[in-house]
Amino acid sequence: MSEYNKMPLLMDLSRKDKFGVSLSDIDVPLSELPESSLLREDIQLPELSQLDVVRYFTNLSQMNYSIDTQFYPLGSCTMKYNPKINDQLASLKGFSNIHPLIEESLVQGSLELMFNLQSYLSNISGMTATSLSTMAGAQGELAGVLMIKAFHEKQSNSSKRNVILIPDSAHGTNPASASMAGFSVKSIPSDQNGNMDIDVLKENANENLAGIMLTLPSTLGLFDNQIVDICNIVHEAGGLVYGDGANMNAWMGQTKLGDLGFDVIHINLHKTFSTPHGGGGPGSGPVCVNDTLLNYLPGPVVQRNSNVYEFVEMPDTIGHLGAFHGNFGVLVRAYCYIRALGKEGIPEVSKNAVMNANYIMNKLKHAYDIGFDNRSICMHEVVFTARKQKQNGVKGLDIAKRLLDYGYHAPTMYFPLIVDEALMVEPTESESKNTLDKFIDAMLQIADECENNSELLHEAPHNTPVQRLDEALAARQPNLKWSTK
Amino acid sequence: MAKQFPYIGNSEIEQEAILEYLGIKSAEDLFVDIPKEYRDSNLSEIPSSISEMQLVEHLTLLSEKNINPNPSKSFIGAGAYHHYIPSTVLSLAQRGEFLTSYTPYQAEVSQGTLQVTYELQSLITELYGMDVANAGMYEGGSSLAEAALMACRVKNIYKVACLSTIAPRYKEVLRSYLAPQSIEIVFMDTNDVDMKKDEYACLIVQYPNFYGSIEDMRALSDTAHKSNSLFVVSADPLAAVMYKAPGDYGADIVVGEGQGLGIPISFGGPYIGLFACKSEYLRQMPGRIVGKTVDKRGDSAFVLTLQTREQHIRRERATSNICTSEALMGLMMTIYVATLGKSGLQQVASSCFHNAHYAAEQISQIDGFELINSQPFFNEFVIACPISPKIINKKLIEVGIIGGLDISDQIDNGILFCFTEIHSKESIDSLVDNLKHVN
Repeated sequence: MSEYNKMPLLMDLSRKDKFGVSLSDIDVPLSELPESSLLREDIQLPELSQLDVVRYFTNLSQMNYSIDTQFYPLGSCTMKYNPKINDQLASLKGFSNIHPLIEESLVQGSLELMFNLQSYLSNISGMTATSLSTMAGAQGELAGVLMIKAFHEKQSNSSKRNVILIPDSAHGTNPASASMAGFSVKSIPSDQNGNMDIDVLKENANENLAGIMLTLPSTLGLFDNQIVDICNIVHEAGGLVYGDGANMNAWMGQTKLGDLGFDVIHINLHKTFSTPHGGGGPGSGPVCVNDTLLNYLPGPVVQRNSNVYEFVEMPDTIGHLGAFHGNFGVLVRAYCYIRALGKEGIPEVSKNAVMNANYIMNKLKHAYDIGFDNRSICMHEVVFTARKQKQNGVKGLDIAKRLLDYGYHAPTMYFPLIVDEALMVEPTESESKNTLDKFIDAMLQIADECENNSELLHEAPHNTPVQRLDEALAARQPNLKWSTK
Repeated sequence: MAKQFPYIGNSEIEQEAILEYLGIKSAEDLFVDIPKEYRDSNLSEIPSSISEMQLVEHLTLLSEKNINPNPSKSFIGAGAYHHYIPSTVLSLAQRGEFLTSYTPYQAEVSQGTLQVTYELQSLITELYGMDVANAGMYEGGSSLAEAALMACRVKNIYKVACLSTIAPRYKEVLRSYLAPQSIEIVFMDTNDVDMKKDEYACLIVQYPNFYGSIEDMRALSDTAHKSNSLFVVSADPLAAVMYKAPGDYGADIVVGEGQGLGIPISFGGPYIGLFACKSEYLRQMPGRIVGKTVDKRGDSAFVLTLQTREQHIRRERATSNICTSEALMGLMMTIYVATLGKSGLQQVASSCFHNAHYAAEQISQIDGFELINSQPFFNEFVIACPISPKIINKKLIEVGIIGGLDISDQIDNGILFCFTEIHSKESIDSLVDNLKHVN
């Protein structure tokens, strides 16, 4: 790791009139400039040599944890290995140098790839059709609930269906997306098994119900075995069922949400289909629908007509949520991942992801309590609680930060909200038993430290480029950019 | 031995050891919560697994079904731009430590991503002449839609005014985002902006507009502010290197597409939406924000901040559902600007301007080709052609040239041309020569 204190900002390195790349001279006759009142007087930008730039960003990169360097047991985020070949293939000039608005007959290769990816994702999810245009999971969610809204409005101009039900274990994006679609949100509690409280669902299954947003398995890492009943109850009340694909790594190739009764789901290609997270994007959140919502898909969708591929708009489409056709570069990577695994490999992914999570759960359940301990198996992730450690004054946060010292990324903390001191661990299929054993050893040592050396945990992390940060100061006195004056 | 897959971590022996430890015969026993009649592993649409070498062959063939790209002979822009991307950008952005890291919630092990984002925010505010910027949105269109939603929240007025000269594709995205919240969009002609006091949350202007022209920003800003509306600008950051920054005209929210600054054109994405505003509206801003603070030792460090605006804390009352910042694209943009530096970026902007103006003069000298723009422009302009743009573009393709965007649905026989530093006098002359002979 670099010496953090010595890490300057670009502007600190700036030296007048330096630049990092040579450009071609302008070789056309110069035209007259517009009147000066329209022109900018000055701009403050860094001025560096090429080596300055390379060193600066290389040194910064080394202050990050990443999948390429560390195990990321980050629940709900599916931090699996991102195959290198996929980055290379997405960079092929025939893909990366193509303008989005040139005529469709000239981009048949890109359209063919998109068409096939649509059909793969429809097949895996058990749905009728897929639109790849939505650029992140949250945007896929928004598209999903917008389709539900458009469906009800088409059924009746005076539709009163303005309520979306969401379990209390859901990701924050679910209620935020429903809200952006103009719905009001009602939360449904979980029962003592971590499943949805069916009685509360029934009470709300009425003429105001537009739909329900479910994550399967739930964010507790549990597969709600009442799922078919839940879908039936919602449908009988006239509502539709939306599935958040965040936890698809548990069921891909094992079951299909379309068969279970879901009307629309979104898929996170940056989770299940191995495209890199990039430090927080780009993602891609395709939406898959059954026959009920087919006509409402966001545009554009790729269709094939006698071996010619073309973009089409569905008749009742909710419109476009971005200027072009979605995050194509991410789609190429997901396509490559599916082709490399093939139909034989896809079920192996979920199988290994679930085996790994159960291995960790069983190895650690004596040291850490489980969020919902009356279930003997989990799916692709396990939610521990630090309630036992709390008695020694150690929080979930302290344990997570201490893990950083051991060279592991922290688990997801304090989520789902319904588990006290939650620590959510998702190993993914990428990790081997060999890696898991070392991680388990670290967790056991930390459990030991909780009892015998809790001070060590309160101060953790100790070995990272910086220590715990003053977040209150950051929010109280926002310093959000360098000053140029 | 069963087929092994390189992206799966466990060896066969390790898989057996895990099953044995769990006391089960097969992984099937872990899926018992899925009702039996719904167990389904039929993936008939998906071909069988292929080797890495076969994958390379397959994707190469697919990419070759697209037109062989030659940006110097391509004259289409309209929101996505061909520029030269220096070697530093891809080589640094593809470092695994950036590429395969998660959102920097764990600040102690994410200082790389966090510091880059702080730099990015700084660059955006400087380019746009604004007080604060966030870490990024999906792309230019949805970023503009979020700006309109933010203006409605700030003003508590649910009606927006928008110049009809913004990109048609941005209009479409605005409608998709605003209609569900029953927000009315009123499109107005540039010379006919009519806003009553407190009637509209904002006036939306594109700078330069879709047809390439620089609007009368001073007058539009005054009109918006006199009617107590926010002045929202969707701005090309590169144009703002040469022309005045939107902030110079008193813009309240400035958004835009960052693709032109170092991000591959890649058939439309992934890109990055830029988002900046005046500091008084900071707490209504959507998206991720990085701030500078200190750690326990008192050393300066960076951290995600003002998170109580965001969905993972505020849930249905969040400023947006957005949960990503296109961080990798933000990194590329930061490396791009750092590599070009002040003089390089100014030269690129200047080159765009002069190439476009030379081309406009040459094309409009051809019989029957008329330059439509009457206001100043930057690097895009509209030509009314003597014959259908469809025919023209078809003839150009025959000689390996991608012409401008056919906008004959908006302007009779109109083509929107775009020029950047990637073009030379030779490539422009070749376009002009070919246009001379399309008749």
